[in-house]
Amino acid sequence: MRKARVAYQGNVFCAEECLEGLKLQDGRIISVDDVVWLPPVEVGTIFALGLNYADHASEISFKAPEEPLVFLKGKNALIGHNGQSRRPKDVELMHYECELAVIIGKKARNVTRMHANDYIAGYTVVNDYAIRDYLENYYRPNLPVKNRDGLTPIGPWFVNRDSINNPMNLTMRTYVNGEIKQEGNTKDMVFDIPYLIEYLSSFMTLNKNDVILTGTPKGTVNVVEGDEVVTEIEEVGSLKNTIVGDDVFSR
Amino acid sequence: MYFAKARFAASSTVEEIKIGTSHIKWNGGKYAEESFSWLSPVTGEVYGTVFNFKEQVEEWKGKFYNAPYNEPPKRPVLYIKPRNTINAHLKQIPVPEEIDEVEINGTLGIVIGEMASNVNEKDAFDYVEGYTIVNDVTIPHTSVHRPAIKNKARDGFCPIGPWVVKKEEIPDPGQFMIWTFKNDELVQVQQMSDLVKPIPKLLAEVTEFMTLSKGDVLLVGLPHNPPLATAGDKVRIEIDYLGSLENKIVDEKAYLPGGTLG
Repeated sequence: MRKARVAYQGNVFCAEECLEGLKLQDGRIISVDDVVWLPPVEVGTIFALGLNYADHASEISFKAPEEPLVFLKGKNALIGHNGQSRRPKDVELMHYECELAVIIGKKARNVTRMHANDYIAGYTVVNDYAIRDYLENYYRPNLPVKNRDGLTPIGPWFVNRDSINNPMNLTMRTYVNGEIKQEGNTKDMVFDIPYLIEYLSSFMTLNKNDVILTGTPKGTVNVVEGDEVVTEIEEVGSLKNTIVGDDVFSR
Repeated sequence: MYFAKARFAASSTVEEIKIGTSHIKWNGGKYAEESFSWLSPVTGEVYGTVFNFKEQVEEWKGKFYNAPYNEPPKRPVLYIKPRNTINAHLKQIPVPEEIDEVEINGTLGIVIGEMASNVNEKDAFDYVEGYTIVNDVTIPHTSVHRPAIKNKARDGFCPIGPWVVKKEEIPDPGQFMIWTFKNDELVQVQQMSDLVKPIPKLLAEVTEFMTLSKGDVLLVGLPHNPPLATAGDKVRIEIDYLGSLENKIVDEKAYLPGGTLG
C-alpha cells in the first residue's frame, strides 16, 4: 500500500493510493492532480550518503570510501512531489541524484545488520540535488551544496517496508524532459541498508521518521532552468520536480 | 530581573519565567534553579558554525592552503546537531566508554523568532527572538575535511539552556563574554567581540541559501582550543545576561536519560 501526505482544500491529510487516484482520511476520493504533495512523512533527522555507489564515486573522481560518508540535512531542504527547485543564475553545474530513502520506524540503538529490517518503516524516493559550484573542502559536502532550500524533493509515496520485495534490488532511473539520463540499481550500493542502520545506530540513536538517503549511482548530469526532472525507483514511485530560475524567487 | 522563556519536563507549554540574581520567579513563586527539571528551551534545528572566532581562524590560516582544504572557506562552514543530541540544563552528558575526553565548546545560540529567508544584514535582528547558551560537546578531531557526524552527533552531546532570553531584555550580545568552568575552575574565556562575522552578517550569509524557521538555533562559532573534560567532570558555561548552563559528564554505561548532576 502506498500512502501520501497532501494538502487539499485548505487542510493537510494522509491519503492512500486508490484506483481513482487518492483516498483521503476523511473518505473523499480525489484525483492526484488536485492536491499539493507534501513530504510523505514528517521527517526527523535527515542522513545522506556520499559516494555510496562505486560507479558514481569514480564518475566524480573519488574512490569509494572505506567507511560510510554520512552528512546531515535540515528540513528546509525538503519539498514534495511536483515542486520547484531554484537554480541560481551563474552556476555551472547543478545535478540531480536519484536516491532510495529509508524511513526509520522505531528507536534504534546498537542494532545489528541481522535485525536492521525490523527498524525500517518503509521507503520513498528522493532527488538529492547538488550544486557543485559551491563545493568547498570543509565538512564536505558542505551545507551550501547540500542543504539549500527546496533542493531535496521527496515523495510522492511512503511505501510500507513489507510491500517491497527486495530493497537491495530496485532499478533507479532519472528522466530529464522525458529522456532517460541516469540508470542504476540499488544492488550496487557500497554500504547496503542493513549495514547503514548498524553503522549509524552503533554511535547514535535513530528515531522514528528519521530518514536515510542512501546515495546515487552514476549518470548525474547538469540540469537547467525549465527542465522537468523525474527520479524513479521501481516499486517505490516516480518523483517529479521542475527547475526554475532566480526570478521566480524574486532574486 | 528580566523575562525569559523555558520548557520544563511534564509540561508541554513554554513557560514565562523571570530571572533574578539568586532565584527564578515562576507563576508568582520564587524558586531555585535546581527546583525545576529543565528541558532544552528550543525545539527547532540546531546549526553550528566553524571558523567564526578570530583566534581559531588565526590558528587555521596556515592550514587553509594545505591539502585537502587548498583554500580558505568562502562561505560559512556549518554543521548540524541533530535531535538525538539535544540535552538540557543540569542533566548528564553520556560519553562512550572508548572515548577518553570530549571538547567543551561553550557558545552562544541565536534563537530564531520568525522565518528568515535571504535576510539583509541591517534587518537581521528582526528575525531573532533571543539568545541561549549551548555546549557543543565534541569528540576531538583534527580534520574538518569530512562531516564530523561521529564526533558531533552522539546522544546528549548538545546541552542547551537553561532558558531563552528575549533580545529586548538585554544589551547587544556583540560585547558579551563566554566563560567556561570545569569543576568550578575557570578554564576558558571567549569574547563575542572576536567574532569574524558578527550576528547580522552571519544570519545574512546563512539565510542566503537556507531558511531558518522559528525555533531554529544558529550557534555563532566555536571557541579556539576548547577545554577537554572527562567522565566525572562538572562543566558550566556562563554568558553575560544569559545565565549559566551546567552539566555533568558521565560514562555512557552509568547514564540515565534525564539523569541529574547527582
